[in-house]
Amino acid sequence: MSGKLKIHVDQDKCQGHARCKALAPELFELDEFGNAHEIGDGTVPAGLEDKAYLAKSNCPEIAIEVTEE
Amino acid sequence: MSDSPPSYLPEHPPVNDWINDFDHTDPRWTENPYPIWEEMRAASPVVHTDRFLGCYMPTTYEAVKEISYDTTHFSSRRVIVRDVRPEITAKAPPITSDPPEHKPAKQLLLPPFTPDAMKKLEPRVRAICNELIDEFIADGKCDAAASYTKHIPVRAIAHMLGIDEKDSDLFIKWIHEILEVGIKDDATLMRAVHEMTAYFAGHIEARKKKPTDDLITTLMNAKGPDGKPLDDGHVLGSLRLLLIAGIDTTWSAIGASLWHLAKTPSDRERLLREPELMPIAIEEFLRAYSPVTMAREVMQDTTISGCPVKKNNMVLLSFPAANRDPAMFPDADKVVIDRKENRHAAFGLGIHRCVGSNLARMEMIVAIEEWLKRIPEFRLDPAGKTRWSEGTVRGPRQLPVLFGKAN
Repeated sequence: MSGKLKIHVDQDKCQGHARCKALAPELFELDEFGNAHEIGDGTVPAGLEDKAYLAKSNCPEIAIEVTEE
Repeated sequence: MSDSPPSYLPEHPPVNDWINDFDHTDPRWTENPYPIWEEMRAASPVVHTDRFLGCYMPTTYEAVKEISYDTTHFSSRRVIVRDVRPEITAKAPPITSDPPEHKPAKQLLLPPFTPDAMKKLEPRVRAICNELIDEFIADGKCDAAASYTKHIPVRAIAHMLGIDEKDSDLFIKWIHEILEVGIKDDATLMRAVHEMTAYFAGHIEARKKKPTDDLITTLMNAKGPDGKPLDDGHVLGSLRLLLIAGIDTTWSAIGASLWHLAKTPSDRERLLREPELMPIAIEEFLRAYSPVTMAREVMQDTTISGCPVKKNNMVLLSFPAANRDPAMFPDADKVVIDRKENRHAAFGLGIHRCVGSNLARMEMIVAIEEWLKRIPEFRLDPAGKTRWSEGTVRGPRQLPVLFGKAN
């Protein structure tokens, strides 16, 4: 069995395209400037793993990391 | 936009060599740029022309990205490739700003354009779309560019700014004069900029006497990095930007999407069956038919994707060409409306990511949804011709379509 996934948005890279929020609103939130942050500590709830990878692979700035714990 | 090609532009000689003498105003580029970009990309990641007083074009996604991220060698102070390079007089921060001025100027504009802010505007945009469709649906046909796509973004931005939507024809005239005619005709461009500036100066003065609940007042009340309110010049520049950047861009993107759906019944039928696919399909239309090409000015010699780049040249920063690069997108020339991986650069890359991208996306989704609800069957009118705009923003300016099932 693989471990839990964690996501992280690199604030130096994020430019607020908001693709992640559109594709995985359960995992990402936007601040007042529209830049994205992972919700909570970035732990991906079971069942949302595909959405985490989908968000990552649609970020134009390559700002999203997905790591396996 | 004018209905016939302007006849007063100075002629550019026809292009015989796309790799060493390209010209993005050539009629063949306007009509169908994709094979041209493919030829250029096969030759080099960066090509050059002596036209426009010297200009490069990156042809790959990677080269476009390198330039977008390199604000040291590449300035945004000029964002349109033109025949002339007059003194810079009318700034439009933050699009024409470089670091360190860029970030504070951009942050002022970001909060009014978040996805949540766009949700509040969405009902008005749906109503605008339906008001437009009401005008032509009984005819069984229309020019979807002149009667529909052209009016949606301009009315939406007028609504946001707190300006009478009836003034939108005036805005459309200025956009045409600045972005199309202005490439080759400096006098027309300057006149349009002056008219637009005077128009907005009047609105600013009116709000000094009587503040209103709109984006112009929001900008007038915004504080700059020094904690003081923005001066009128900065407010005017930002208003110029919102108008120039927010109108024919999205108009083009909606038009190209409708053009695709008019000639691709399978995609149209799939979106009718699976309406939840719309946001993904819109991303693919943005990739495949990206309307916006930006520019940079080379400030210091450097190297991009192994190619030497010399200062004092311009750069035609073609996000549309980047988005057709097969090294980045498998089947780049195919429109795949459920494309899973789509890091397209239609709204730019790096610090100059389009401030209105959430607005554009909302307008595109709403405009296509409302059209499909009321006109699920439509096709290109074989008796008419689709005509594309020339220059920096590419989209259909004439798009004759017929409604109902084909006989």
